[in-house]
Amino acid sequence: MSTSPAELTKAPPKDDRGGARRSLARYALVKLGGALLGIGLVVVATFFLFRLIPGDPTIAYTRDVPVTPEQLALLRRQMGLDRPLGEQFLDFVLRTLRLDLGTSYEYRRPVAELIGERVGPTLLLVGTGLAVAVGLGMWQGTRAAWRHGGRFDRFSTGTALTLWSVPTFWLGLLLLMVFAAGMGPIPGLFPTRGMEDVDAPDGPLYLLHVAHHLVLPCLTLVAVVYAQYLLVMRSSLLDEIGQDYVTTARAKGLRDDDVRRRHAVPNALLPTVTLVFMQIGFVVGGAVSVEFVYSWPGLGLLFVEAIRGPDYAVMQGTFMLVCVAVIVMNTLADVVYHVLDPRVRSA
Amino acid sequence: MSTKEEETREVGDGAGTSRAIARARRRAALARFCRAYGGNRAGLYGAAILLVAVLAALVTPLVTDPSGMDVTRATGAKMAPPSADFPLGTDESGRSVLLMLLWGARVSLLIGFMSALLSMVIGTVFGIASGHFRGWASAVLMRVTDWFLVLPALVLALVLAAVLGGGASTIILAIGVTSWASTARLIRAQTLAVEARPYIERSRALGAGHWHVMTRHVLPNVAPLVLANTTLTVASAIVTESTLAFLGADSGQVSWGGMLRGSYDWGAATSGAWWYVLPPGLCIVLVVLAFTLCGRALETVLNPRLRGAS
Repeated sequence: MSTSPAELTKAPPKDDRGGARRSLARYALVKLGGALLGIGLVVVATFFLFRLIPGDPTIAYTRDVPVTPEQLALLRRQMGLDRPLGEQFLDFVLRTLRLDLGTSYEYRRPVAELIGERVGPTLLLVGTGLAVAVGLGMWQGTRAAWRHGGRFDRFSTGTALTLWSVPTFWLGLLLLMVFAAGMGPIPGLFPTRGMEDVDAPDGPLYLLHVAHHLVLPCLTLVAVVYAQYLLVMRSSLLDEIGQDYVTTARAKGLRDDDVRRRHAVPNALLPTVTLVFMQIGFVVGGAVSVEFVYSWPGLGLLFVEAIRGPDYAVMQGTFMLVCVAVIVMNTLADVVYHVLDPRVRSA
Repeated sequence: MSTKEEETREVGDGAGTSRAIARARRRAALARFCRAYGGNRAGLYGAAILLVAVLAALVTPLVTDPSGMDVTRATGAKMAPPSADFPLGTDESGRSVLLMLLWGARVSLLIGFMSALLSMVIGTVFGIASGHFRGWASAVLMRVTDWFLVLPALVLALVLAAVLGGGASTIILAIGVTSWASTARLIRAQTLAVEARPYIERSRALGAGHWHVMTRHVLPNVAPLVLANTTLTVASAIVTESTLAFLGADSGQVSWGGMLRGSYDWGAATSGAWWYVLPPGLCIVLVVLAFTLCGRALETVLNPRLRGAS
């Protein structure tokens, strides 16, 4: 490796790196503190939000069952509603820390248990959807930016913007109508609901069975989510294309492909990655609608069913879990980005 | 207090001439704006679609009979395909889908506008305040903004709407309270840029207080940005409203999202009743797209930095 004059004027590299590591540790600590504060806010907000419910929660709990006033009073005592607010709050925090999220009114089972069953399907749907959306969005974004103003650019940007303004759930209904219910000449190619049928096969065939059920929900999620990756990647790459180093690389006589793949795209990738994680809350919203339309047995469906109930304990539990997950993901993304991109570190 | 009064009197005493100049300048700016906007074809299409939608929503109660919306007095057959009497077919209780669409436009647009307005007010106040003040106050405001920015807005809005109980005002509140964070960020950045200008310093030196600087100097400067952003916020508010209605937090009135919920509950999509699924969704997409086009056109016209680029 040759040393450039610019590097010689800087401090010795060893010290520099130690300092960078220290500053990274400090940065990570600050971010961690911020995340803990955010999670704390979520817990406080949840507690007070769910105390705004008009009417007594016991009434919601005993909606379908005739009860005497004595039974109601007993229930209130059991639910701790007769104690001072501070005490209730402390109790709420302690129980949340122990992952005791209360009991569902509808299912008469612990909420934590219900949530545990639903996490897997949601991760499968959101994970697959995100992977496809990120891949597709970045590929199209790169291509669109490289030949910006061209036909591919106009077409893909237009498609992405249109899909972006389409409500997730409606797109889901359309795909359901065309590809699952079988409209007109098209037969029903995909199942209309759920993750598996009652007569699901065992072994490796089971995976295929689930994949078959996954196609439409996943497609819906991808269609709505990938636009942002495309647009961010496109504008980020357009910025890079204007930079001098790209001109230099071209002037050196590098092949167009090499300039793109080895110079411009890696630099354009970093801002994209962080924005992708910033938008994780949007993906969660999309996933809730998709799960509902296709009755996908995940957290989103659990949440929407709880709203219809209304099953406040389940709503409260899923709400907290989703918020905490989103905050954790964002913090992780911030720290990872800090490690990857030296430009932010110096700033 | 007296300094402020003196200042205003001074400006007032500058006689009618200064006011006339200001008025002429404002008129010229408006004309320039109209010319620039007229040059943006996508923006014109958007404005035209919006005009049609708003007109339809306003005219509906004058030309149609609301009794057709009553489930018990509906006249059509259940889930009937489009016919001469019912151009867009009927729903599960025999109501005309076309009629529901027209009445639904009122609810969807109203909730969209009102919640965007609420969101813009909260966002502007937070943005200007967190950009203007220094120290812990700004830090606290930023933290709250970041928190709202990160949390999944739809999930938060659903919880809010469900906990507070149904009704249009609850839905407006739920959308407004959960969607202001990105606006606040934008306004804050703009506020910081404006406050760095020398005339703010001059104004402070003359004794202007926080309130004066924020309302007289910062607000007029960020207003164009607020306007462009509101248009985009209405678009997302309409999508959010329809999603909330679809997922079960509805306002008690027929809206486009609520119609789609009805179609889902009755299995319209799986039984091939396309006339109940397509129209409400198309209306949402069209109106949202129109707002987006208008917003982007406004941004291009009002933001000089973008004007050269496009």
